Amino acid sequence: MSLTMKSPEFLIDRDDDRCINCQVCERQCANEVHYYDHDLSKMSAVDLNCVNCHRCVTLCPSKALRISKYPLEYKENYNWSAEMINNIFKQAETGGVLLTGMGNPSRKKIYWDHLLLNASQVTNPSIDPLREPMELKTFLGRKPERVEFNGEGNIVNLPPQLELGTPIMFSAMSFGSISLNASKSLARAASELNMMYNTGEGGLHQDLYQYGENTIVQVASGRFGVHKEYLNAGTAIEIKIGQGAKPGIGGHLPGEKVGEEVSRTRMIPQGTDALSPAPHHDIYSIEDLRQLIYALKEATVYAKPVSVKISAVHNVAAIASGIASAGADIIAVDGYRGGTGAAPTMIRDNVGIPIELALAAVDDRLREEGLRNQVSLVVGGSIRNSADIVKAIALGADAVYIGSAALIAMGCHLCQKCYTGKCNWGIATQRADLVKRLNPEIGVERLKNLVKGWSHEIKEMLGGMGINAIESLRGNRLMLRGIDLNPNELEILGIKHAGE
Amino acid sequence: MSRRVGEKDISGCAISGIFNRKGLRFSGEAIIKSIALMRERSNGLGGGFAAYGIYPQHSDAYACHIFYDHLKAREDVEHFFNKHFCITLAEEIPTRKLKAIGRPPLIWRYFIQADRQRLERSNLTEDEYVVQCVMRINAQYKGAFIASCGKNMGVFKGVAYPEEIGEFFRLEDYQAYLWTAHGRFPTNTPGWWGGAHPFTLLDWSIVHNGEISSYGANKRFLEMYGYQCSLMTDTEVITYLFDLLVRKKKLPMNLVVKALAAPLWSEIEQMEEKEAGQFKAIRAIYGSALLNGPFSIILGHRNGFLALNDRIKLRPLVVAEEQDVIYVASEESAIREVCPQPARLYFPRGGEAVIGELEGRSQ
Amino acid sequence: MQESRREETLRMKRIYALEEHCLGCKLCEVYCVASHSVSKDLVKAHKTEEITPRVIIESSGDTSFALQCRHCDDAPCARACITGAMQKDPVTGIVSCDSERCVGCWTCIMACPYGAIRRDKYGRSIISKCDLCAEEGEPSCVSHCPNNALIYKELEANERGVE
Repeated sequence: MSLTMKSPEFLIDRDDDRCINCQVCERQCANEVHYYDHDLSKMSAVDLNCVNCHRCVTLCPSKALRISKYPLEYKENYNWSAEMINNIFKQAETGGVLLTGMGNPSRKKIYWDHLLLNASQVTNPSIDPLREPMELKTFLGRKPERVEFNGEGNIVNLPPQLELGTPIMFSAMSFGSISLNASKSLARAASELNMMYNTGEGGLHQDLYQYGENTIVQVASGRFGVHKEYLNAGTAIEIKIGQGAKPGIGGHLPGEKVGEEVSRTRMIPQGTDALSPAPHHDIYSIEDLRQLIYALKEATVYAKPVSVKISAVHNVAAIASGIASAGADIIAVDGYRGGTGAAPTMIRDNVGIPIELALAAVDDRLREEGLRNQVSLVVGGSIRNSADIVKAIALGADAVYIGSAALIAMGCHLCQKCYTGKCNWGIATQRADLVKRLNPEIGVERLKNLVKGWSHEIKEMLGGMGINAIESLRGNRLMLRGIDLNPNELEILGIKHAGE
Repeated sequence: MSRRVGEKDISGCAISGIFNRKGLRFSGEAIIKSIALMRERSNGLGGGFAAYGIYPQHSDAYACHIFYDHLKAREDVEHFFNKHFCITLAEEIPTRKLKAIGRPPLIWRYFIQADRQRLERSNLTEDEYVVQCVMRINAQYKGAFIASCGKNMGVFKGVAYPEEIGEFFRLEDYQAYLWTAHGRFPTNTPGWWGGAHPFTLLDWSIVHNGEISSYGANKRFLEMYGYQCSLMTDTEVITYLFDLLVRKKKLPMNLVVKALAAPLWSEIEQMEEKEAGQFKAIRAIYGSALLNGPFSIILGHRNGFLALNDRIKLRPLVVAEEQDVIYVASEESAIREVCPQPARLYFPRGGEAVIGELEGRSQ
Repeated sequence: MQESRREETLRMKRIYALEEHCLGCKLCEVYCVASHSVSKDLVKAHKTEEITPRVIIESSGDTSFALQCRHCDDAPCARACITGAMQKDPVTGIVSCDSERCVGCWTCIMACPYGAIRRDKYGRSIISKCDLCAEEGEPSCVSHCPNNALIYKELEANERGVE
C-alpha cells in the first residue's frame, strides 16, 4: 500500500538551548526516534516512532526533552474518537487484529475511587502503628471446618498454607513476557519480603529455583515448562484458567522472543511461537478441573496449596463457588483492568467485569454457601495503591495480586507496547541490550520499597480503624461507605452510602 | 421498645460478676451493690443481670424470659410455643412499681421443652432446636423479644440504671451461684429493653464493655454459620462466637479464648514449638473470629464464668478472690464495695482469660 | 611483595565497572565533563567550555563498560613521566597530573597498560585523565550511572574487579 494514514501519537519537543547533543536519547531509544543530524549539527526526532515511554526524558541529563500529545485534531465527533479512526486506518492497512499491552485504560467507572474508609473517633481508640503492634500476617490455603487434635493436643488437620508477611503477592508474569532480569527482581524481592511471586506460564528458569519458597508455579493451558521438578519447586501451584486482560482467549509469545533461555525454560524449540490455547484442552467442565487439581496435588503429595485463577466474568460468583467445591485451596480472581504483555485491544477493553464488583459477588456467594472460611480469595486486576488493598480486603479478599504496580515500580511507564518486545525499560523484552537496562539489584530495591511503603500505609489505615490485625478487616464491609454509587451498585458491593 | 434498625450499637459500660465456685447460692443484693458503685459508667439507658442457679425446681426446662410490647405479641409467641414446645409453666415475672422505670413492657417467663415429635422430625439436637426457634422469634415476631432461654438461669434487664433494674425485678428474692451485671452508656441507640445487656443464647450470657472494631468481619463470619445478628450489638456477636466455637466447633475453651483474643505473632514466635503451632493454626483458621478493638467481657455459663480482656488491654478488668468466691469488675472499687479485703486482687493481662469453674465440673 | 600490593589494592577506593549492567549510554562521559568544568553547570560545560571527558567507554556489540584510570599501585605513568607532573599521592593513592608541569610528551599514554590516559583535545597540548573527582567525594560518573554499572568502593578480598 502506497499511502499510509498513520499519524504520530506524540510530539517530541526538544529545547535546543538545553540540548548538549550527548545522544543519550538516541542510544536509549529502541524505537529509533532520536538521531543526530550531521548536516544541521543537532539532534532531531521521528515523532511517528515515539511510544511515549519516557526513557529518553528520564535519562536526558540536561532535561531538554518534553513529550506531548500530538496536536492533530479530527473534526469533533463524540462518536468517532481519534482512537477509533486511527484504529481503522491501522487495520485497513494491515488487515490484522489490534494488539495492545498492559491494562484496560478506558474511561469506565473505577469502583475503588467510589469507596471510602472508616476511622475511629472517641468510642474506640485508633491505634498508632509506630508504637503498637500491627499485624499483616496472612495465611492462604484451605482451612478445615473443624479442627482435629491428636493425643498430644496438636492440631492434625490443617492443610498446607502460604504464610505471607503482608497481604500482597506479585501476579503471574512469565519469563518470556518479561525479561529474566525482571523475573529475578520479582523473585528476589518476594523472598526478601516474605511474600510470593508467580511464575506465570513461562516455566521456572534455573536461576530462580533458589527462590522456591516464595514461588507460586503456574500451570496454564500451554503447559509450558511444566514437569515434576517444576511443580515441586514452588510453595503453591496455580492453575490459570483466565486472565483479566483477556478472558476467554489464550496467549501468544512470538517466536522472536523465544531465545535460548526462554526455549530451555519453556521446553519448546528456539524461535517457535509459544501458543497457549484458549481453554485447557483437558478441562472442559468443572469435574475436569477437579481432576487436574487433584492430579497436581498427587504430584506434590498434598504438600502444596492449589490455586485456581479465573478472570472476572459475568457469572464469576457461581464459577468461584464451583472451583471451591472442586477442591481448590485458593481462588484468584482477576479483574478487567488487569495487565498483560499482549492482548487484542477489543478483548482487553470490552470483556470481563470490574474486580470490585466481582470480589463482592464472589465473597457473598462463598459465604452463602458456607465455603468462604474454607478457601482463600485473592484478587488482582489493577490494584493501584495501598488504599485499594485495604478496600479489597474489607470487601472480602484475603490478599491481592499486584502486577502492573510492580512493573511500574521497576520502571514501566505504561506505554502499552509490551507486545513489540522493544521495552526501553528492560522489562517486557528479550533483547539482550534492552534486558540489561534493568539491573536486578535496582529492581529488587524498588520493589521492596514499594511493598514496604504500602504495608506501612495499610498499617496506618488499620490503626485508624482501631484494628491491629489484618484478619479483622477481612470482609468487614462496615469499614466501607460508597460515594456516587447507585442503590444497585451499593447492594452488589454490600455497603452503605456515605452518610448512612 | 423503639429500636433503630440497621445501625450498629455503640456503648461504653460497667460490668461486674460474683461467682461461688462451690455452687452455694446467694441473693442478688451484693451484685446490685457492686454495679451501683460504678453508676457514672452508665447513663440510665440500660442495665441488667444474669443469674445462674435460680430455677432449680425447673432445671430440665429451658427458662424463657420474654418482653412483650403488647398482648398481640404474647398471643403470637404463645401460639408458636404451643406448636413447637411443651410448656410446663407460664407466668408473669414479678416486678416492683418504680418511678425510675417509665413504661416497662409485659415481662413473662416460660419453662419449656421441645415438642418431641417436631424435634425428631427436625433432626436437630434440642439445644439447636431451641436456638433456631428463639432466633426466629427475635427476628420475625414484632413486639416480642426473648431475653434469655437457658436452663436454670435467667436474664433481668431493662432501660434504667442497673440498680433500678435490680430493684424492679426484686432480685433480692432470687438465689444464684453466679451473678453478672451490666450498666450501659450507649452513644447512639435510644435504649430499648431488648437491647440492654446481658445478651444470651441458651445458657451463655455475656456482659461486655467495649467496642469491637472487627464487628463487621465477625458478623459476616457468623452469618455464614446461620447466625442472624439482628441486634447489631457487639455483645450479640461475642455470644454467638462462643456458641459457634465451643458448642458447634467443639474447640476447648483455652483455644477459643486464643481465637477471640489472639496472642500477637511476636508472642507466638517466643512460644514453645507445640504451643506456637497450635496458636498459629487457630489464628490461621479462625482469624475472622478475632475480636479486635477494646473490650472486657464476662461470659457466664452453667458451669461458671470466663472473663477476658482484648489482647492489648484497652479496657479495664479487675479480679479478686476471697475463699470460694471470685469477683470480677470494671473497677477495683466495685469489688471492694462488697468484699473490702479480698485475699487476692489482680489485673489480668490483655488476652489472658480468667476462668472460674464450679468444683467438679468443667466446660 | 605480591601480597602487600594486593592489600594496598583492597584498601583504596576505586571505581569498578560491571559490564553486565553497562548500557553504553555514555551519561558517565556527560557528567565527567560537567564535573571537570569551570561553571559546574552541565549545559554550560558542554556549550561554552571545551573539556575532554576522562572516562572512556569501551564497547563491542552489546557489551560495553566505562574505563577510567585504575590508579595503579605501581603507577607506570608516574614512573614514566619526564617532568614529574604525574604523581601518585602516597596518602590517597590517587594518581594525578599537574597540568602546569605537563609538557605533553605523551610518555604516560604509552606507559599506561589500560589505555586510560588520553590527549586533551582542547587548549594546551597536555593529557587528560580521571582524578576520581577528588573534590566531590564520589566520582560523578559513579553517582550518575543510571544502572549502577559503576561502583566506587574498597574491594573485598573475595570480590572480582577490573584491576
